Amino acid sequence: MARVPEAASVPIVARVRARRRETHDTWTLSIEAGEFAFEPGQFNMLYAFGIGEIPVSLSGDPGAPGPLIHTVRAVGSASQAITRLRPGDPIGLRGPFGTAWPVDESTGSDVLVIGGGLGLAPLRPAIYRLLAERDRYGQIAVLYGTRSPADILYRREIERWRRRLDTAVEVTVDHADAGWHGHVGVVTRLIDRAAFDPDHAVALVCGPEIMMRFAANTLQAAAIAPERIYVAMERNMKCAIGQCGHCQFGPTLVCRDGAVMRYDRVRPLLTVREL
Amino acid sequence: MEIRGLDRLICEHPFFAGMSLDYCDLIGGCARNVRFDTGRYLFREGEPANEFFLIRHGRVALELTAPERGSIRFLTLNAGEIAGVSWLVPPYRWLYDAQALELTRAVSIDGACLRQKAEENHDFGYEMMKRFMTMLVQRLHAAQLQILDVYGARA
Repeated sequence: MARVPEAASVPIVARVRARRRETHDTWTLSIEAGEFAFEPGQFNMLYAFGIGEIPVSLSGDPGAPGPLIHTVRAVGSASQAITRLRPGDPIGLRGPFGTAWPVDESTGSDVLVIGGGLGLAPLRPAIYRLLAERDRYGQIAVLYGTRSPADILYRREIERWRRRLDTAVEVTVDHADAGWHGHVGVVTRLIDRAAFDPDHAVALVCGPEIMMRFAANTLQAAAIAPERIYVAMERNMKCAIGQCGHCQFGPTLVCRDGAVMRYDRVRPLLTVREL
Repeated sequence: MEIRGLDRLICEHPFFAGMSLDYCDLIGGCARNVRFDTGRYLFREGEPANEFFLIRHGRVALELTAPERGSIRFLTLNAGEIAGVSWLVPPYRWLYDAQALELTRAVSIDGACLRQKAEENHDFGYEMMKRFMTMLVQRLHAAQLQILDVYGARA
């Protein structure tokens, strides 16, 4: 068996620099970790000392120096502990791990970025890079769906993106009260309204698995080939280095072969129960 | 300025894409142009569902009202979409409200008139049903995704 580099298996001690509340249960942490390069779509293992370690996508700008940005939803003991950390608190960090969104490979193509709920976080680095190199791409559409207006992630940033004249940015919520004047309905409905050439379009999709399946079906109905659709899989990742097998997904290990995967390769596995 | 007949407007609406001119003409006999200013209702829950609307311009919210929750918006419709399906099946009453979120122009199609034409010409009726069935299945699938509340946190 190949030796695992120590840097990948032993966390460094980083420091929380800032913490910002995004929604009622989701927080964004800025973490000082020294020099650190990553690709859009990759994740780190964040360790709340004495409590537990979880995989969290990098959600900051890969082209900008400075602290690492992670958006975390407080749902389990480790994520709750991490979201309670204050500036100056230590946090364990390993990474980056996993595959990347095919941003550079999409040069010359139309790009559809489709996020659902917290799934916008792993897509944000890809959006940053797409917008930083806007001239390299055809149409770009960012389509985001979430539960309600109160659950919209990165609201100010989305508003900034919406003001751009060269990028379509649409947000929809599953339900709203009369104070919301935006779209209401599932995110897949936005795909029909987006402008793209299906023969030269690439779709990056991240969100709950059911939402990704619905989105992939709608994209294929719009004539985008499954090999041009990429999804970010989520499984129970523990070691993040392809050793423990907790995140096995059929013949693949999500931590090593994903999280970003080509849809035509994972499609047969998505409908297998108990996988 | 070119003045277009209702049959042309109907044929150009995405819902009727590829429909024969004869059928568009048939539908046009049941149609009228309508407009709704911002905040006006196309229809209200409980009222007779005598028509449906081909939205040509603007945006419409479908809403239900619940005690202590006020209006709950569950779908917004844009230009190129259809508002209203309750005219298709008895008891022909609206089950929710439809409110114009901005100036909305539409073609209103009289439901009773269209049902009568479909009874007299089953080929036409089948063509209409295929189009409505496609839309209804798409909305059913979307509603299923909404009901699943997939964005909720799971510990």
